[in-house]
Amino acid sequence: MTVTTYAAALIDALRLSMEEDPRVAIVGSAVLGLGPQRGLMDPIREAFADRIFDPPTAEAALVSLGVGAAMAGARPFIDVGTASFVYVGWSPLINEAAVAHYMSGGQLRVPVVYHMLHGLRGGGAAQHSGSPQGMLWNAPGLEIVMPSCPADAKGLLRTAIRSDNPTIFIDHAKLLGAEGPVPDGDYAIAFGQADIKRPGRDVTIVATSFSVTTALAAAELLAADGIEAEVVDPRTLVPLDHATILDSVGRTGRLVVVDEGHLSCGVASEIAAIVAEEGFDRLRAPIVRVTRSDVPTPFSKPLEDAITPSADKICAAVRRVLGR
Amino acid sequence: MNEKQTAKPAIVAEPLLPAAEEAVALLKSMQLIRAFEEQVRRLFAGGLVPGLVHLCAGQEAVATGVCAVLRRSDWIASNHRGHGHCLAKGMPVDRMMAEIMGRRSGIGMGRSGSLHLFDAANGNLGTNGIVGGGIPLATGAALSAKRAGRGDVAVCFFGDGALNQGLLFEVMNMAAVWRLPVLFVCENNGYGEFTAIDDVTAGGPPTGRGAVFDIPSEAVDGMDVLAVREATLRAVARGRRGDGPSFLVCTTYRYGGHHVGDRQDYKDAEEARAWRAKDPILRLAARLQGAGVAGADRIAAWQAEAEAIVAAAAEAAKAASEPAAEDLARAVYA
Repeated sequence: MTVTTYAAALIDALRLSMEEDPRVAIVGSAVLGLGPQRGLMDPIREAFADRIFDPPTAEAALVSLGVGAAMAGARPFIDVGTASFVYVGWSPLINEAAVAHYMSGGQLRVPVVYHMLHGLRGGGAAQHSGSPQGMLWNAPGLEIVMPSCPADAKGLLRTAIRSDNPTIFIDHAKLLGAEGPVPDGDYAIAFGQADIKRPGRDVTIVATSFSVTTALAAAELLAADGIEAEVVDPRTLVPLDHATILDSVGRTGRLVVVDEGHLSCGVASEIAAIVAEEGFDRLRAPIVRVTRSDVPTPFSKPLEDAITPSADKICAAVRRVLGR
Repeated sequence: MNEKQTAKPAIVAEPLLPAAEEAVALLKSMQLIRAFEEQVRRLFAGGLVPGLVHLCAGQEAVATGVCAVLRRSDWIASNHRGHGHCLAKGMPVDRMMAEIMGRRSGIGMGRSGSLHLFDAANGNLGTNGIVGGGIPLATGAALSAKRAGRGDVAVCFFGDGALNQGLLFEVMNMAAVWRLPVLFVCENNGYGEFTAIDDVTAGGPPTGRGAVFDIPSEAVDGMDVLAVREATLRAVARGRRGDGPSFLVCTTYRYGGHHVGDRQDYKDAEEARAWRAKDPILRLAARLQGAGVAGADRIAAWQAEAEAIVAAAAEAAKAASEPAAEDLARAVYA
């Protein structure tokens, strides 16, 4: 184990993937956003100069170029940048990438990775704070990955680039600088395996991406009051590990779901619906969702704070499902 | 069709007839496409084709002339009017017909229909229900081909309607910047769906839209398969030797409507007659006869042969089963 940043773990996985498979190419120049970690890309840019393409700012073309390149045998890693920009490329993503394998009767494969930075990040307002995971989940054919820590980011990216499916790899802008232990050497984490980030007997908190960090902070606060929360991180939304979530709810009887997307038709709503349908008899209280509010994301700090799923909001939700 | 956006082919000498075997193959390819489309039209009228179907009769010279130059490992991406492209790139007739009729034995297992016919084995990235949708797919395939370094090229076919899709310009720019081996082929048949090109399209001849990116752009007589073939030979040679993209604007005509059943009230009867006088199949047949390559009897026999092939495919598809519900969730993911 070595303690490293999320960004460094991600870059390590990219480097390993490019060394392993000459078909892997990167299209996009700001994989790590505009923050202080961006320099970590430099060694990869130097080592694989002929496999890195700096594109013009034309996201729809970028997304669809990735589909065509993948259909024709490449394994492109397409950096979309801020997740809000993927909406510009919606048609090629939904109408081409997600459906080509199915419509071709399994003949064509689209092994492309779309990388993007989602989430509330301070002043991003409504066009730079997008969390498209819920909308993307509504498009069968895509795989959706949302790591929450450096170790998962590395192992999941190894799997994403090896996957034969179009895979959306969603990092949170606030996670890039987060530090955590990362296993030494090369490893991959299979999709569809949730991870229990903190065990607890009283309530299950299913949280995604940066919300896992917030949920763990909430669990600390709750522990001080004698409430033991179990924090479950699905790690991939598609495929989703139903069993680990349902087992946890079976032990605790109570569920709070946290995701940074908007409330309506969102990730938290879908997970709540799955547990209501498949695990209703395990529930001892109604499920509560903690998400971004259903308003366009505002610029001002107090307003942004007001719509952010915070530790305090998660604690309040937990107390509500526990009736105390 | 108004004159403004009708690119004027340069005055050039009549294209040379290729060697007899190749010239005959061009004719047979166009005959097969025409026969296929007529067969689909009859099947649609008989209620055997679900959804809408868009036929390319009249435009055979473009599909045939371009694909004649391609090899199997080259890529194409087509559009909603794409049966000709699929056949010319080698899609098996029987599996294609079965797919258009929604059968389990179809090339897409009955999931795709006419609008999304894919053929991985022949480098076909699909007909496409999104206007302009295939253009960036071919450009992406060209990026992959350039990386692979085997000299393969990618071709996208699109209509004049797609000239006004913004993605065309985004990827033309990328193709020019990265010198990608992609051939943009516009089939200007005068109408985008039900609207004449001049009613919705500003500017001069469409070739200008490639020229602004310094992409070699050429106006081609799209009713002359030999002219299309010659222009494609030049463009593909540029792509194979690493000289980047090319743009061909082939002026042609859609004999039918936007889809089967379109009443075509927006078309002028005289216009249609004038274009039919330039029919690409009759035109090549006349040259073959004039050059002594084949007589009327052999040409008629080949036509009958094409009709028999598509009729057999239709009969087989009629007898084939439809997909079963247990196949529903197969191949959502690889």
